[in-house]
Amino acid sequence: MIFVIELLVSFFLVVGAFFALAGSIGSFRLPDFFSRLHGPTKSTTLGVGGMAIASAIYFSFHGEGISFHEVLITLFLFITAPVSAHFLAKAALHQRLHENKAALPPACEKETGPHE
Amino acid sequence: MLSIAIPVAFALLTAAQLLNLYRLLKGPSLLDRILALDTMYIDAIAMFILMGVYFHSAVYFEAALIISVMGFIGTVATSKFLMRGDILE
Repeated sequence: MIFVIELLVSFFLVVGAFFALAGSIGSFRLPDFFSRLHGPTKSTTLGVGGMAIASAIYFSFHGEGISFHEVLITLFLFITAPVSAHFLAKAALHQRLHENKAALPPACEKETGPHE
Repeated sequence: MLSIAIPVAFALLTAAQLLNLYRLLKGPSLLDRILALDTMYIDAIAMFILMGVYFHSAVYFEAALIISVMGFIGTVATSKFLMRGDILE
């Protein structure tokens, strides 16, 4: 394979994986649900987009002809990720996750969780 | 170059999946667990694409496409169920 193409594929693979990791770190570290919603729905989607671009470049130069169908996954994810994030946020509002629980003493925290 | 980049990408994605698994097991609310599952299927798509490059096979692409469709339906169905107590009204 041409070295430049290999370099490009490697770059997009590592950058995509890095963005996926960044989204997961966001959902691991951030304090409450609404801030945790940001990381996975934006950063991870971008990461998958990077991996799909890398795969499209790789198969365009390896298989027969231009490989374009990876863009399908990217397009579908870029359409559906905001929709599912919106549904999650609406469900969280419905479960009253936005009400401030910091005013309560720590012992009450178990009692005030959403209905599980 | 690819022989270095693919293991690095696999390691990063595995770390991401482990963090998601932590959020899935611990997550204080039910919505956190749904969000963790949502992230896990998106990361699984990334891993499938990476495996397609690694094994030089186009079969993984179709699996990734099906995972993306089914995962979206699952996330919408579970959050809709939490919102309304019913999926189809």
